[in-house]
Amino acid sequence: MNPHTDSESFVLLRLAERRFAVAAGDIAELVAPSRIFCFPHHTKEIEGVLLRRGRIVPVCDVAARLIGKNLLSRRFYLIAQRRYTNGTEWIALPVTGDCELIFAEMIPASEADLPHVLGWLSHDGDVIEVLNLNALTPGPSPAILPAPAQALHAQEALS
Amino acid sequence: MRLPAPPKSQPVRTEQIILFRVSEQLFAISSASVKEVRSVDTLASATKEIAQAGLRKVRHILQRGEHSLYVVNGAVHFGLPPFAPALVFVLRRTRTALLVDGIEKMTTMSRLQALPQAFCNDERDWYRGITAIDQTVIPVVKPEGFLTPDELFLLDSSLQPKAVATPDSAVSDSAGAPPSVFEGGGLDSTLTTNFPSDPASLTGAAPFGFKGADFPSTDSTDTTNPSSHPQ
Repeated sequence: MNPHTDSESFVLLRLAERRFAVAAGDIAELVAPSRIFCFPHHTKEIEGVLLRRGRIVPVCDVAARLIGKNLLSRRFYLIAQRRYTNGTEWIALPVTGDCELIFAEMIPASEADLPHVLGWLSHDGDVIEVLNLNALTPGPSPAILPAPAQALHAQEALS
Repeated sequence: MRLPAPPKSQPVRTEQIILFRVSEQLFAISSASVKEVRSVDTLASATKEIAQAGLRKVRHILQRGEHSLYVVNGAVHFGLPPFAPALVFVLRRTRTALLVDGIEKMTTMSRLQALPQAFCNDERDWYRGITAIDQTVIPVVKPEGFLTPDELFLLDSSLQPKAVATPDSAVSDSAGAPPSVFEGGGLDSTLTTNFPSDPASLTGAAPFGFKGADFPSTDSTDTTNPSSHPQ
């Protein structure tokens, strides 16, 4: 018998002393810190990009928004899938400690919760926020998203 | 028994690019987008200061035949620390002449990744995408992104009537245009590089005439015409 019948899987991540959860289905991998490439831009939440498996992945430090301060040190990058209306893209979230896969039952967020809170779960005596990456990380407003055909055209792989 | 022949590999499509620096930051631009590269020293007499442009990044206008080119300071455009530009790129099919620090090298890219959608501000107009060259990530600039239509309107409005550029928003590359300050008039031609519209024709050409710039020759066998690529 499956003990997790009514549970969903989540990845717990740590930002300083606090833990947060992300749906495990949205996580691609956990990687060691690597070089961040910076270039001029005006999206303040994005630090730069890293190169991973041939892909260019934007790095988004969500700590300032979640715990009120930027991370002074980072141990890993949690690479997650950020959903857009015309597909998904990877985004790298700096974290300060190991991540853990858990099974838990999520209580959906209420209207009183912040937009980046997808729900809540209880684990080891803590109540943990489940993050909504779509609300937590930057992206185009739906009104200005390109049509899927245009987006495909934009993925201009020369090879 | 004979094994089936392996499928022929598709030729890799590549695009010739120029890696250049603005305030120490590395950028790339398609060589097909660059009509000329000039030393700023040769431009002093050919430019006119714009009194009240309202745009910090544009301080000078370059009269070229009947067209006006706006000289955009790359560092101000990208919000980088000020620098002393050494070169000007005259960009094809735009009204922009771009001030840059210098050229790093000329190379080819085989893959251009769209700018991740997490980047959702002005940079979407600045860059065609991002490429990786020698394990370094480099943004590939969009030539038409240096001046928006609104900025061009503002600049045109700031000029005196007789100096206003022609209303078309693109500069033709017609070879029949009268000689301009860029193309002669006693300027030091060794400091000028005219990039042909077809970059494939660059291959096999003599080394570029830049002082201090050494472009490696590129293999033309797999070079396709970048002008056919979506920009």
